[in-house]
Amino acid sequence: MEQLKTIGRELAMGSQGGFGQSKEFLDLVKSIGEARSKAEEDRIVLHEIETLKRRIAEPDIPKRKMKEYIIRLVYVEMLGHDASFGYIHAVKMTHDDSLLLKRTGYLAVTLFLNEDHDLIILIVNTIQKDLRSDNYLVVCAALNAVCRLINEETIPAVLPQVVELLGHTKEGVRKKAIMALHRFYHKSPSSVSHLVSNFRKRLCDNDPGVMGATLCPLFDLISVDVTSYKDLVVSFVSILKQVAEHRLPKGYDYHLMPAPFIQIRLLKILALLGSGDKLASEKMYTVVGDIFRKCDSASNIGNAILYECICCVSSIYPNPKLLEAAAEVISRFLKSDSHNLKYLGIDALGRLIKISPEIAEQHQLAVIDCLEDPDDTLKRKTFELLYKMTKSSNVEVIVNRMIDYMISINDNHYKTYIASRCVELAEQFAPSNHWFIQTMNKVFEHAGDLVNIKVAHNLMRLIAEGFGEDDDAADSQLRSSAVESYLHIVGEPKLPSVFLQVICWVLGEYGTADGKYSASYLTGKLCDVAEAYSNDETVKAYAVTALMKIYAFEIAAGRKVDMLDECQSLVEELSASHSTDLQQRAYELQAVISLDAHAVECIMPSDASCEDIEIDGNLSFLNSYVQQALENGAQPYIPESERSGMLNISNFRSHDQLEASMHGLRFEAYELPKPPVPSRIPPPLLAPSAELVPVSEPSYSRETHQVATMPSVSDAGSLELKLRLDGVQRKWGKPTYSSPASSTSTSTTQNTVNGVTQVDGAGNVNSKARNTYDPRRPQVEISPEKQKLAASLFGGTSQTEKRPTSASHKVAKASSHAAEKSQAPKAVVVSNEVTVEKANHQPPPDLLDLGEPTVTTSSAPSVDPFKQLEGLLDPTQVTSTVNHGAVGATETPDIISLYANTPASVQSSSAEISLPNNKDDINVTSTLATQFTTKGPNPKDAIEKDALVRQMGVTPSSQNPNLFRDLLG
Amino acid sequence: MIRAVMVMNTQGKPRLAKFYDFQPVEKQQELIRSVFGVLCSRAENVSNFLEADSIFGPDSRLVYKHYATLYFVLVFDGSENELAMLDLIQVFVETLDKCFKNVCELDLVFNYCKMHTIVDEIIFGGQVLETSSTEVMKAIEEISKLETASNSISLVPKSVSGWRSR
Repeated sequence: MEQLKTIGRELAMGSQGGFGQSKEFLDLVKSIGEARSKAEEDRIVLHEIETLKRRIAEPDIPKRKMKEYIIRLVYVEMLGHDASFGYIHAVKMTHDDSLLLKRTGYLAVTLFLNEDHDLIILIVNTIQKDLRSDNYLVVCAALNAVCRLINEETIPAVLPQVVELLGHTKEGVRKKAIMALHRFYHKSPSSVSHLVSNFRKRLCDNDPGVMGATLCPLFDLISVDVTSYKDLVVSFVSILKQVAEHRLPKGYDYHLMPAPFIQIRLLKILALLGSGDKLASEKMYTVVGDIFRKCDSASNIGNAILYECICCVSSIYPNPKLLEAAAEVISRFLKSDSHNLKYLGIDALGRLIKISPEIAEQHQLAVIDCLEDPDDTLKRKTFELLYKMTKSSNVEVIVNRMIDYMISINDNHYKTYIASRCVELAEQFAPSNHWFIQTMNKVFEHAGDLVNIKVAHNLMRLIAEGFGEDDDAADSQLRSSAVESYLHIVGEPKLPSVFLQVICWVLGEYGTADGKYSASYLTGKLCDVAEAYSNDETVKAYAVTALMKIYAFEIAAGRKVDMLDECQSLVEELSASHSTDLQQRAYELQAVISLDAHAVECIMPSDASCEDIEIDGNLSFLNSYVQQALENGAQPYIPESERSGMLNISNFRSHDQLEASMHGLRFEAYELPKPPVPSRIPPPLLAPSAELVPVSEPSYSRETHQVATMPSVSDAGSLELKLRLDGVQRKWGKPTYSSPASSTSTSTTQNTVNGVTQVDGAGNVNSKARNTYDPRRPQVEISPEKQKLAASLFGGTSQTEKRPTSASHKVAKASSHAAEKSQAPKAVVVSNEVTVEKANHQPPPDLLDLGEPTVTTSSAPSVDPFKQLEGLLDPTQVTSTVNHGAVGATETPDIISLYANTPASVQSSSAEISLPNNKDDINVTSTLATQFTTKGPNPKDAIEKDALVRQMGVTPSSQNPNLFRDLLG
Repeated sequence: MIRAVMVMNTQGKPRLAKFYDFQPVEKQQELIRSVFGVLCSRAENVSNFLEADSIFGPDSRLVYKHYATLYFVLVFDGSENELAMLDLIQVFVETLDKCFKNVCELDLVFNYCKMHTIVDEIIFGGQVLETSSTEVMKAIEEISKLETASNSISLVPKSVSGWRSR
C-alpha cells in the first residue's frame, strides 16, 4: 500500500519532469508563489520551518525523504530564512554512499556553510575520501565542495589529492582540479606557491578545455608578476593563432566562433604581457591583426572578442596598423543601435585615447548621443570617457554636465563618485577663480555630505592662499566674491555640514576684510547658523571660532565691539555645553574679547591662516625647568630610540615595558623557520624608522590649535603632500594623461597658424572659429545645440574634416589629420608620436609606462621608474631578500638598506610613494618567481612533454594532432 | 572571476542564488533585493550592463538578461568580458531550455536541484567551465543516469523511473 502511494506521488510529479519531490513541497512552492504579501510569505515559510524541524529530527527517515527535506531547507534559506538547524543533516548526507544523496548533501553544504564554519571539520574527511573515489562524478562533486568549503588551514589536508587529480584520465576532472588549485591560490597564494609550475605544465594538456582552464590561474599569476612569464609569450601567441584558425575540434565552436572564451582569456593575458614591452608586443601584432580581420562582428561573442582585441591593442606597445583597426571597430560599435555595443565602444574609446587622443574627435556626436541617452549605465560610462579627455578648454562644459547629472540622481554611491570627479577636474583645470568657487559651491550644496572633508579643507586653503599668483588684488577679489556668494547661500535651509563649515570659516576669516559688510551683520548670520544647526557640533565650533575671529579683527582695528544679544546667549549656552571642545572655544572667545588691541592682534593676526607657525620641537623653553628638576634629583629622560636598544633592562615604566616586549616579540617571529609569508616581513622592519612620525605629529597639531585656534590649519597643513599650490599657475593637481591631450591640440593649432596665435589662446580661438562655421555645415539633421556641445567638448577638428570644401582654410587643412589618416597611416603615427613627445618631453618608451597604474603620475624626465622596478624584481635579488628574512634578525639590516636605497635611486616623487606598495607585491610573488628560476627546463619535464606529444599523436579525440606542436617545440 | 549567479522573477522573488564568495543569509537577501531594485527600474531598450560597485563593492560589474518573467543575473569582476558574460547567460538559458523543453519559471521552481547542477557544470568556483550547451547537457544526462543507477534502494519500478528521468 505504501509503495503504491509512492508511485502515485511519483506520477504526479513526473509531469514536472523533475528529480522528484513530494506533494508537500509542490504545495509549499505553490502557496509561496500565490502569497500576496511579504508577511504572508513569511508566515508560510515559518510554518514550513516548524514542520521541517519536527520531521527532520524523527528517527529512521527514509533516505529519499531526507533528501527532499534538505532541498526544502535550501529553498527556505534562499527565501531568506534561517535553516541552520538542518545543517548537520546536510553534512551527514555527504557521507552517504548513494551518489544522488551525496551530491544533494554537497550541494546543500556548499550553499549553507562558509569556509570557517565549525561543521567543516566533519566534511574534510569525507572530501578526502571522495577525492580518491573511482567514480569521477563523486570526485567532481567533492572538487566542487573543495572550491567552496576549504579555507587556508584545511588546504594542506586536500592539496595532495587535488594535485594528483591533475593527472586524471577524465579531462573534466583535470579541468576542475586546475580550477580548484586556482581557488586555493585565491585564498592563500603561499599555500600553492610551490605548485605553480603545474599550471604551466597543464598549459600543454592535450585537451583544449584543460588548457583553457589553466589560462584563468595564469592570468592571475601574470597580473601579479609579469616578468617571470615573458617566456610564455610565444606559446600564448601560437595557441591563440591556432585557436583563431579553427584548428580546435568543432565542439569548441560557439556560434561559429572558435573557442571564444579561450581567445578572450589569451587576449587578456597578452595585454598584460605586452604592456610596456616592445619586444613582446611585436610578436603579438600579426595574430591580433588576424583576429581583427577574421572576427565576425554580427554575433555577440564576435564583438566580445573584438572588444578584447581593442583592450589588448591599447595596452601593448602601440602599433599604427592595429590602432587603425581598433579605431575602425570602435566607430562600428558607436554607430550600432545596440546599447551594449555603444557601451563597449565608449569604454574602448576611453582606452584608446590614452594612446591616440585625436581619435575621440571623429566620434564627438556619437559620444554626445550617449551622454544624452536615457540609459544610466551608458551615461556613466560616457562621463568616465569625458573625465579622461578633460582639458582646460572644455572643463567648464564637462563639469557643468557632471554637476547637472549629479543633481538629478539619487544613488549616493555614484553621487559621491561623480562629486569627487568634479572636484578633481575643477582643481586641475579651472579656467578662473570665480568659476572654481562657483563650481565648488554647487558640488557642496548638492553633495556636501558625500564629499571627502579634505576637499573642504582644500577649498578653504585655496581661498586663503589664492591661486599661487602674487597678485593680492586678485586674491582679495576672490575672497570677497566668496564671502558674497556664501552670505547669499547661507540663508538657504538644510545645507550640508561640510559646506557650512567652509562658509563659517570663510566668513570668519574674510567676512570683514573688504569692509563691505559690518561685523554685526556677519555675527548675526553666524549666530543664525549655529542656532539652525544646533545639533551639529562641528558646525557650531566653526561658527564660534568665526565669531571670535570677527570680534578679534574688530578689536585689532580699534573699533568698539558690541556683542549682539543672541551672540551673547549663544556663547553662554556653549560655555555650559557637554562638549569640551565647544566649551573651550566659548571661553576662549570670552577671554579674547576682554584683551586689548595689541594682544588680540598677536593672537589673531588677520589673514594668517596659512602662515607657517614656528614650533620649537625641542621645547627649548623648558630647558631651565628640566635643569631645575634634574638638580632636584629627577631621572633624566631617555630618548625612545635608545630605550628600544636596551630591551633587557627591566626598570622601565609599564608603558615602555609593553612597547619593549612588543619589539621583542616581533623580532622573535623572524627566527621561526617559516619560509612562506614573506609579505609579513617588511612592516615590522620599517617600524623603528617610522616611529618618529606619529610621535611628532599630534604635538604639532595641538600647538596649532592653541596658538591660532583654527581647526582647519592643521588639517590643511597635512594636505600639503597632496596638493602643491605655490608657484603653479592656475592648473593645480597632478597631471593626467589628459594633459598631453590638451597640449597636443594646442601644439597642432600652433603649427597651423605659424605662431601667430599665442599658445594659451589657441584653444579659445579654435572654438570661436568653429562656432562661426556651424551654420554653414552641410549636415543639417544634427541639432545646433548638439553641435555646440560637441564643439565645446572636443577640439572641433572633425568639423573641418567633415567639410572638405573649406579645405582652403588654413586651420581646417592642418588640423584634419584624421582625414589624412586613411591615405597615409604612417604619417599619422609620426605626427602622433611627435605631438606626444612634445607634450611629455619624454622619449616614447617612457610614455608607454604611463599606462602602468603605479607610475602614471611620474614626472621624472629621464629616469624610467618601471625599469627601476624591473631591476628590483631581478630574481636573484628577490631570493636574497627572502632568504634574509628567513634566516633571522641578524640579517635584517640588509633589507632595511635595500629599502632605504630605493627612494634615493628613484628620483620621481610619485615613484617614491608607490614603491613600498609594489614591494609588498614583489615579496608576495617572490616565492613564485624563485620557483620558476629554479625549476626551468629540466630533463624530467622534457620527457613528460615528449610523452604528451606522442600521446597526442595517437589520441583520436583531438582532430589536430599538431595543435600544440609549436608550443611544445 | 564570477561572483554570483542569480535568477529572480519580475516580482523580485529569488529563483536561484549562488554566490562564489560566501555571503550570510541576510546579506544574500539584501543583495538580491538591491539588484532587483536596480533591475526593475531600468527601461526596456537599454544596455544589459550595470556597474554594481554600490552593491557588490569595488570593481564589480553586472550583466542581466530579461526572459519572460525571469531576470538572469551574473555578477563578476574586471577580469571577465561583459559581452562574453551575456553569452554565458545565453548558454545557461539554452541549456535550461534543452533540459526542460520550453523552460518556464515553474520548471525552475520545481527543479531547483537540477538547476544547481546545471550551473555547476557551466561555472565552477567562479570560473567559466563549459560554454557549449550540448556538452553541459551530456554531463547532466550522465549525472542523472548514474544517480538513478546508484539509487539502488529505490522503491519505484523501472518503468516509472525511466519515465521520470525523461
